[in-house]
Amino acid sequence: MLNQKDILETQAMIEKQHLDIRTITMGISLLDCCDPDLQTCCDKIYRKITRYAKDLVKVGCEIEAEFGIPIVNKRISVTPIALVAGSCDTDSYVEIAKTLDAAAKTCGVNFIGGFSALVQKGATTGDWKLIRSIPAAMAATERVCASVNVGSTKAGINMDAVAEMGRIIKKTAEATKDDGCMGCAKIVVFANAVEDNPFMAGAFHGVGEPECVLNVGVSGPGVVHHALQQVKGQPFDVVAETIKKTAFQVTRMGQLVGVEASKRLGVPFGIVDLSLAPTPAVGDSVARILEEMGLEVCGTHGTTAALAMLNDAVKKGGVMASNHVGGLSGAFIPVSEDEGMIAAAERGTLVIDKLEAMTCVCSVGLDMIAVPGDTSASTISAIIADEAAIGMVNTKTTAVRIIPALGKTVGDRVELGGLLGSAPVMPVHSEGSEAFIARGGRIPAPMQSLKN
Amino acid sequence: MKAIVTVVGKDRVGIIASVCTQLAAFNVNVLDISQTVMQGYFTMMMATEISQCSIPVAELSKRMEQAGKEMGLSIHVQREDIFQAMHRV
Repeated sequence: MLNQKDILETQAMIEKQHLDIRTITMGISLLDCCDPDLQTCCDKIYRKITRYAKDLVKVGCEIEAEFGIPIVNKRISVTPIALVAGSCDTDSYVEIAKTLDAAAKTCGVNFIGGFSALVQKGATTGDWKLIRSIPAAMAATERVCASVNVGSTKAGINMDAVAEMGRIIKKTAEATKDDGCMGCAKIVVFANAVEDNPFMAGAFHGVGEPECVLNVGVSGPGVVHHALQQVKGQPFDVVAETIKKTAFQVTRMGQLVGVEASKRLGVPFGIVDLSLAPTPAVGDSVARILEEMGLEVCGTHGTTAALAMLNDAVKKGGVMASNHVGGLSGAFIPVSEDEGMIAAAERGTLVIDKLEAMTCVCSVGLDMIAVPGDTSASTISAIIADEAAIGMVNTKTTAVRIIPALGKTVGDRVELGGLLGSAPVMPVHSEGSEAFIARGGRIPAPMQSLKN
Repeated sequence: MKAIVTVVGKDRVGIIASVCTQLAAFNVNVLDISQTVMQGYFTMMMATEISQCSIPVAELSKRMEQAGKEMGLSIHVQREDIFQAMHRV
């Protein structure tokens, strides 16, 4: 039989250290919903999503109760809408976004991802229509998330799309001004986007995926933090081993829940995303893990090294715990969603330039960052270009989720509510990048040899 | 199918009796019990067989938690698989 210590340890992780399953995300292919008539296309989309995902929330809640482990989010990702709607005879895809929103509400999920376009090498007419529909779509919907992949290691960076996304993000902020520029928290600009990501706002169901699949994202910064408190002052070998063991336990739980949910829903199990996803709650912060390693404040010198080790150890520990690993796998550093990051940013220690360096060694990128409302579209585009370049050269996924906080400046905060938290407005460089962004075209794909 | 029932609370007369009575009412068989009292706090773990349980497991978990609250105890019913997954390779 199990011993008491193991049982109590698991319960303490769940009750005191915020251990949870961050999301179970059902990926649904909408490729068979294409139709030249917009209304018919919308009807097909609504019917298909609500048919496949009708029991998702119910099954999630049952598993939560039976295993005693919280499943914080139940979500849906769909085929990039630019592919599905490409044949529709329309100039705007806002109606499709509204359909996705309605389907999400019917199924009871809090987010649906896939209002997306993949334009790393070039954009089709449908891709441009989707991109230009984003501001109105974000304003007209509550639960729809948009993403655009603007670069990849194989294709380079589509600088025309980068330039447009700067303008789109500004327009979305304007369109959702009365809601704290909330629309921008639901737009991700990727390089090397993955097809099986269960996390929002960047989730979409890639074309290489099956008809329907269930992916799981785990979480557990609080558990790692607690484990590291037991090895104070020990060398990094011990720190890395401690993180690996903890990540193994957390991921095993994700694997168990994923397999169980897919069995009950009759849908194949996809992947576990080996992630450390923070929440704004005290005790659930990635920044505090880095500080526990010996940094006075997250963002000071040493932060990149600490994060690199954390990220690597999480993957090493998690990979053996699951039969299929994927998604964005790694530590997330969304500023507004991490209590320690917020504190470090408000103190001025954590700045965008340091965050950019951190994104070289961890999952995703500049995430949930608020910048002054008067930041120009070209500066936002330049931030996106920098981040895409890091992803392109290092063969990793990077992303930008940035919120121009209209009417606010450095020192203010944007309240986004819930798991999205609150974002301190961070300074950007005042020197412009306009002529750089105005060039357009494509940055060629990088060399994959002569690595230096 | 097995479930682990954990009961934590201030020690008093009749905790085991009342928890077992509740479980018996739902046709849950107790396989093993380990129990200690640490600084006046009663901590009990029970391995139970729930295959013949008269209500769904999720419902059992909710009812036991509620019954625990009424007795001033924290009671959790969790499928054994979660502990096996996390602590056994």
